[in-house]
Amino acid sequence: MPAEDLGYTVLRVTHFDAAAAAVQAALDAGARYADARVMHRRSESMSARNGEIEDVSQDEDAGVGVRALVGSGWGFYAVPDMSDAAARAAGTRAARIATASASVPGPAAGLIPLPAASGSWSSPCEVDPLSVPLSEKADLMVGLTTTMREHGADLAESFYRVWDTAKWFVSSEGHRIDQRIRECGGGISATSIGAGESQRRSYGDQFGTRGWELVTGLDLPGNAARVAVESRELLTAAPCPAGETTLILGSGQMALQIHESVGHAIELDRILGWEAAYAGTSWLDLGQLGSMRYGSPLMNVAIDPTIPGALGSFGFDDEGTPAAARYAVHEGVWVGVLAGRDSASVAGLDYAGSVRSDGWARLPMVRMTNVGLEPGPHTLEEIIAATDDGIFMDTNRSWSIDDRRLNFQFGCEIGWEIKNGKIGRMLRNPTYTGIGPTFWQSMDMLSSEITDWGIPNCGKGQPGQTGHTGHPAAPARFTGVRVGVTG
Amino acid sequence: MSAELDLAGRVVDLVRRLAGSAAEAEALVDHTALALTRFANSGIHQNVADATTAIRLRVHLDGRTVGGSTTVVDEAGLTALVERTIAAVALTPVDPAWPGLAPAAPLVTDGAWDEATAMASPDERAARVRAFVDAAEGLETAGYCRTVYWSGAFANSAGQSVSGRAAEAAMDGIARVPGADGVARLGSRRLADLDGAVLGGRAALKARAGADPIELPPGRYEVVLEPTAVADLLTNFALYGFNGKLLNERQSFAEIGAAQFDPAVTIVDDVTTTAGIGMPFDGEGTPKRPVTFVGDGITLGVAYDRRSAAEAGVASTGHGWPGGSAFGPVPANLRLLPDDAAPTAAVAGPAADAHTAALVSTMERGLLVSDFWYTRVLDPKTLVVTGLTRNGVWLVENGEITRPVRNFRFTQSYPLALGPGAVLGVGGNAVTPADSWDMFGFTGPSLRLASWNFTGGASG
Repeated sequence: MPAEDLGYTVLRVTHFDAAAAAVQAALDAGARYADARVMHRRSESMSARNGEIEDVSQDEDAGVGVRALVGSGWGFYAVPDMSDAAARAAGTRAARIATASASVPGPAAGLIPLPAASGSWSSPCEVDPLSVPLSEKADLMVGLTTTMREHGADLAESFYRVWDTAKWFVSSEGHRIDQRIRECGGGISATSIGAGESQRRSYGDQFGTRGWELVTGLDLPGNAARVAVESRELLTAAPCPAGETTLILGSGQMALQIHESVGHAIELDRILGWEAAYAGTSWLDLGQLGSMRYGSPLMNVAIDPTIPGALGSFGFDDEGTPAAARYAVHEGVWVGVLAGRDSASVAGLDYAGSVRSDGWARLPMVRMTNVGLEPGPHTLEEIIAATDDGIFMDTNRSWSIDDRRLNFQFGCEIGWEIKNGKIGRMLRNPTYTGIGPTFWQSMDMLSSEITDWGIPNCGKGQPGQTGHTGHPAAPARFTGVRVGVTG
Repeated sequence: MSAELDLAGRVVDLVRRLAGSAAEAEALVDHTALALTRFANSGIHQNVADATTAIRLRVHLDGRTVGGSTTVVDEAGLTALVERTIAAVALTPVDPAWPGLAPAAPLVTDGAWDEATAMASPDERAARVRAFVDAAEGLETAGYCRTVYWSGAFANSAGQSVSGRAAEAAMDGIARVPGADGVARLGSRRLADLDGAVLGGRAALKARAGADPIELPPGRYEVVLEPTAVADLLTNFALYGFNGKLLNERQSFAEIGAAQFDPAVTIVDDVTTTAGIGMPFDGEGTPKRPVTFVGDGITLGVAYDRRSAAEAGVASTGHGWPGGSAFGPVPANLRLLPDDAAPTAAVAGPAADAHTAALVSTMERGLLVSDFWYTRVLDPKTLVVTGLTRNGVWLVENGEITRPVRNFRFTQSYPLALGPGAVLGVGGNAVTPADSWDMFGFTGPSLRLASWNFTGGASG
């Protein structure tokens, strides 16, 4: 459906021309390289609580962001105005800021070579999520919370989010790329509140570069009663025992495990120290790229922005590199990183393709795309049957990891004892902790049942940016894991 | 009249013109110019700025409520925003919990304004980075210097019409030696308060003092938390403890009237002081004013926006966020009040300042903690938080800092850490460390606490 039919602004400027004007202005002001992104994003969100709509918002933002390289200093400037004059002024400002950067220079900045690309790309979308009537979505959201309340939840919540982003990229090297990426997702949660604690169960919380068919495919109504009952049952479930045991993780928790202890660790800007003061560094040493054992031989992790419908998919990254798949970890050995053209140049690598920004007003930086596991040889059923004594945990509740991405402690919503190959009693407040490479090297069983999970709230950068990342993941088993850490 | 107030008024008028006088409407206009100069490996590697005007509209009509926003602020953009919001209202369910619009009320403060900060140039930020790097005398450094200029306005169809300006500056950096980082961070409404050389020198001193740390067994230790670590306590109290929505949902630890804290603890939210950072009204147009959440150890209240306040049967405390109904009200200017009579001591070694040094000198055996990292709530009801120490931990024996210590993981209930009898000392310093969120300022002194639950070493 056209934007004007949905009540959004129709931007009638020539978007490539605005981006080109910004780039030319930066060059005129002394930049030796410049690129610009014009972006127009429409988004919609709704949340419901206990039978009522809590929040509905329809949002729109549009602007141009310009990146300029003067000497070895970068500058970036953005404005929500795509007129020729505003775009040119932004280009000039970006170059001026870059000049100031040169007063405290770092290592000489360069960019690995990249053939100038021209092209268009759109994410797959069967049902335009912004075209689904608000009333239909509201009925779904309210109905879900009503069902959860009827099944015992004290607090029943549901939500969806939709983003429809169009962007036009131009660089001083001749890039000219436009993309349209539609993303959506949603989920439900039920919270039961006891005397001393609350217990939450959720379902969905899934996102992708797909249309509304993603939300309908989740079958949220079919899971509402279950999560409510489980949240109530958790209040009286046995606490997760403390000790060392065999741990089985469901695919949802595996997505978070991959995100935190692999995805962030392989970001080249962290490895190079560019995030040292805030997000942190990485325990990985570039000198060991290609030889260091990250995990067990079952561990194959791909960086793949080409997966249809996954949340981290695109046609080109935000500095014009075409999407391409490569291994990060192959048969347990660390072999690849998430890189941009400048960080790759510093590191002496010959590939980039993982630079993204969360909007026109923010600097593109190294970000995860889709980082996930390739299928293993087992099934979850086989993994449970092969476990004499252990705990099965799923659905993330809390996550914390150190600034080198080594020491983690994750909490899950729910756990179950595994005894003699069978699922036993439910466990509340399950937590586990470990050190990344030790943990991954203990993975001795991996399922083939891959789900392309999407995480829409990955924080990084200063000013802060919120990234959308994808994580193919499957259930897996780990040995000798410390569980049951409490306060 | 500011340009932002004119814009807000025009949007409200347009709603009434298109939807009729029965429509309730509010418009919040934010113009933010944010500039951030970031350095790593002792050089500026990212240097950004943007200037954005955004309008957030909320319309309540025929018992239904919808919000929307745009950065397209020409006539076409405003009209599109208003038309699609009005159209959306008709398609949403009835909102029986609608609390009504904020009534007309004057501001308590005009905002935390400083012209020089608002207009700071890239060269001024770069000069502070230069000073920080130079003061570290060859150690690797990383961090940022940020300046923010905000001009905003709010108007609604109930007659509220307010505007204000604010400025904010922040500097946050580390210096590094192999295996140890030292930190210094400071926020202020004035860029002139940020001395890159002082901050860089302190970070370097801490880094050098943190070299070759020993590993201690996990367990409960007495601690002195520096203001950079105390700010993390205040952040989590703000998000999860003093959040009126969570209290309504029985998911906050807060019990109004109960002595949940040590008598030495008083926590207020106050943007009106000269040290305050932030805006003079909230996202619903309610003027900000000082609010006491904890007085002499007794929990006295929590933050409310209009929706959570109506549900609780009280008045908004001015803590609503644009589009923040789902998360609830969050105070952005928490201050844990210092002990004005607290002693000082000569600063020797890595202690942040003379008040911290005095608290350390009274500790027989414990840990001096600079900073917390990646703290996450395990249970909102008890506010049990897990996280790690960062940027410097030292063993204190007989009042002396004796050895640097490797980082710990902890799992700790924050209210219990400040509970009755748990606070052994409150510093006389009141420091606002740079916050990763601009226009937030969490201010606190150093604290000496009886027990902190370290549940693991950083190596496992």
